[in-house]
Amino acid sequence: MLEIKDLHVEVEGEGIEILKGVNLTVNKGEIHAIMGPNGSGKSTLAKIVAGHPEYEVSKGDIMYNGESILEMDPDERAHAGVFLAFQYPVEVPGVTNNTLLRESYNTIAASRGREELDPLEFDDYLRDKLELVDMNPDFLERSVNAGFSGGEKKRNEIFQMAVLEPTLSLLDETDSGLDIDALRIVADGINKLHGEDDAVVLITHYQRLLNYIVPDHVHVMIGGKIVKSGGKELAIELEEKGYDWLETHATVNGEAK
Amino acid sequence: MSETKALESMIGEEYKYGFNTDVEYEDFPKGINEDVVRLISEKKDEPEWMTEFRLKAYRAWTEMEEPSWFNATYEKPKFDKLQYYSAPKNKPKLNSLDEVDPNIRETYEKLGIPLEEQKMLAGVAVDAVFDSVSIFTTFKEKLAEAGVIFCSISEAVREHPELVKKYMGSVVPVRDNFYAALNSAVFSDGSFCYVPKDTICPMELSTYFRINNMNSGQFERTLIIAEENSHVSYLEGCTAPMYDEHQLHAAVVELIAMDNAEIKYSTIQNWYSGDEDGRGGIYNFVTKRGACRGKNSKISWTQLETGSAVTLKYPSVILQGDNSVGEFYSVAVTNKRQQADTGTKMIHLGKNTKSTIISKGISAGNSDNSYRGQVKISKKADNARNYSQCDSMLIGQTCGAHTFPYIESANPTGKVEHEATTSRVGEEQIFYLQQRGLSEDDAISLIVNGFCKEVLKELPMEFAVEANKLLGIKLEGSVG
Ligand SMILES: Nc1ncnc2c1ncn2[C@@H]1O[C@H](COP(=O)(O)OP(=O)(O)OP(=O)(O)O)[C@@H](O)[C@H]1O
Ligand SMILES: [Mg+2]
Repeated sequence: MLEIKDLHVEVEGEGIEILKGVNLTVNKGEIHAIMGPNGSGKSTLAKIVAGHPEYEVSKGDIMYNGESILEMDPDERAHAGVFLAFQYPVEVPGVTNNTLLRESYNTIAASRGREELDPLEFDDYLRDKLELVDMNPDFLERSVNAGFSGGEKKRNEIFQMAVLEPTLSLLDETDSGLDIDALRIVADGINKLHGEDDAVVLITHYQRLLNYIVPDHVHVMIGGKIVKSGGKELAIELEEKGYDWLETHATVNGEAK
Repeated sequence: MSETKALESMIGEEYKYGFNTDVEYEDFPKGINEDVVRLISEKKDEPEWMTEFRLKAYRAWTEMEEPSWFNATYEKPKFDKLQYYSAPKNKPKLNSLDEVDPNIRETYEKLGIPLEEQKMLAGVAVDAVFDSVSIFTTFKEKLAEAGVIFCSISEAVREHPELVKKYMGSVVPVRDNFYAALNSAVFSDGSFCYVPKDTICPMELSTYFRINNMNSGQFERTLIIAEENSHVSYLEGCTAPMYDEHQLHAAVVELIAMDNAEIKYSTIQNWYSGDEDGRGGIYNFVTKRGACRGKNSKISWTQLETGSAVTLKYPSVILQGDNSVGEFYSVAVTNKRQQADTGTKMIHLGKNTKSTIISKGISAGNSDNSYRGQVKISKKADNARNYSQCDSMLIGQTCGAHTFPYIESANPTGKVEHEATTSRVGEEQIFYLQQRGLSEDDAISLIVNGFCKEVLKELPMEFAVEANKLLGIKLEGSVG
């Protein structure tokens, strides 16, 4: 589904290289976890897959369902089923969650030739989705993320994911900021949404999340590269040992190339 | 972005599609002097007192200086080259909508304007049932039944001279300001509305206007009087882009509300704003003022200003009656080279008077958008209160937003609150919405509509949807 090949990414117009040759393959039905120290490039990777204009691909390619998506605008990628749950969800004052979701849903539906829902149908549709992440319906009438607590914003991201039913979900530190109960609920929700035809990439700092959502693969990113990949035991190993032992590994690798 | 082009080209093609009138054969002298003023009055068959009113205004005007205190630069109108009177216009008729420029039709459709109205706006001949004359008649009958007088100012001068004489110039005196004086001397036409005691005007006076007020002329004059316990809501303008061969528009609007009366006045202004370099756009220099004469009276101004090259406009309320209420809700959008300096004045004279100001300025392109507001609490206005909120939103890096609040209080019991914010539509916000599937233009439109929500909800219902779309169209392609 997603194939990232030797991806080099710079900050647009500034020549600062952040990703320095990332390779990653995600297949249908899989869950991948990406871990790594602060500033290693995890969010940048997620954002460039979603098409953030601040970054520029200087080398390599991103293939999605067999085709390069480098030339696609962010909205076109969203139509194609790419979803990014933001590490820092953005506030849109004056626009209700409901309004945004209906626009999003219908725009995406239209682009896929699916039927659009009128406000009443959409309302019904939303009820089920609210339940999935145990969200209070009051949030529908509140402005998108405006004044939401940190945890509420994260839950809202997964609610949006539930509504839009993407095929590739990139969840950037969705667990950070969620309380213990919320983490369980949101993780349950993600598990229910995930099926054979879609894939999930989790970016996280904490092994705890991976107890709830069990990944097929775990990758460690350091210094703009994936320096180690493994199964879910790798996450436990990281929890014990930290990143130091890999960091030497990374520089050695870096120099060797 | 292609839509911006579409708008551009539809503006460029006005001749081809009949937005201009045929050459006026009537030979009216250019420039202005006492004879010209007299001639205008004569052409309109006005009584002596009206002619005198005009002359007095003209004489005052000659002694006044064109103002320059606002935040806008433009080429001054050449007053000796203007033509101050034009005969009623006949729009060239097209036979069907198919003959209308497809770009214009696209805009109408985007705005969601009903088919029959599209025809009228574009100057296409319409079916007998939907003929504007017949609509006009139905409206008139309904209003007459309720006792509401609603007609053109010219007609009011003839039919209701005692009312016009009593109220015209009573809120905006002829020497009030340079443009008001000029308007008072040469006003072309406009509307007059009188709502008698204990009467609720049976309809929004908007539906009527949308169709009939297309050719208001450059010096429009409006007078609305709401007697005790009456209520009226009035909307001028429309969302469809409007063109006019006159560059200078200097209207005067006067509102008068007696005890317990309420006037709601809404404006949607979308005059031609000029090309990329600002050439050819309309100068919109309007004096709008309401007087809350009676106790518990209320005047509310709502405006959506999106057009014109230069807008100078400060709809104000004089809060004379005790417990009276003044409101000003404004959205001003500027793009390209547009300049808007707009705001309000709330003059508190009576006790327990209350005013609210909500202003939303949106600037994009190379435009400049200023809010200028004055709140004045006089010595006798015990317990007067004002709340002002002025928010500016910037789109892109080359536009400007400014806020000039003036507060004067001569009464220690007065309470004035002022809040102001400036925000920029950020790349991050647009990316977020695009990630959720919206196009860049839709993302901007959504952000802007969210920003203006408090004001847009004050517009008459049937215009709210169009207004939303208009904002989107105005700002299409304004980022990146
Ligand atoms: N626009 C930018 N300009 C300059 N540097 C940038 C820009 N965007 C990201 N960076 C830098 O790139 C590096 C990677 O950032 P990124 O947000 O991808 O890290 P991360 O792995 O997600 O970190 P965290 O775990 O703290 O979320 C950081 O050093 C960051 O400062
Ligand atoms: Mg991050």
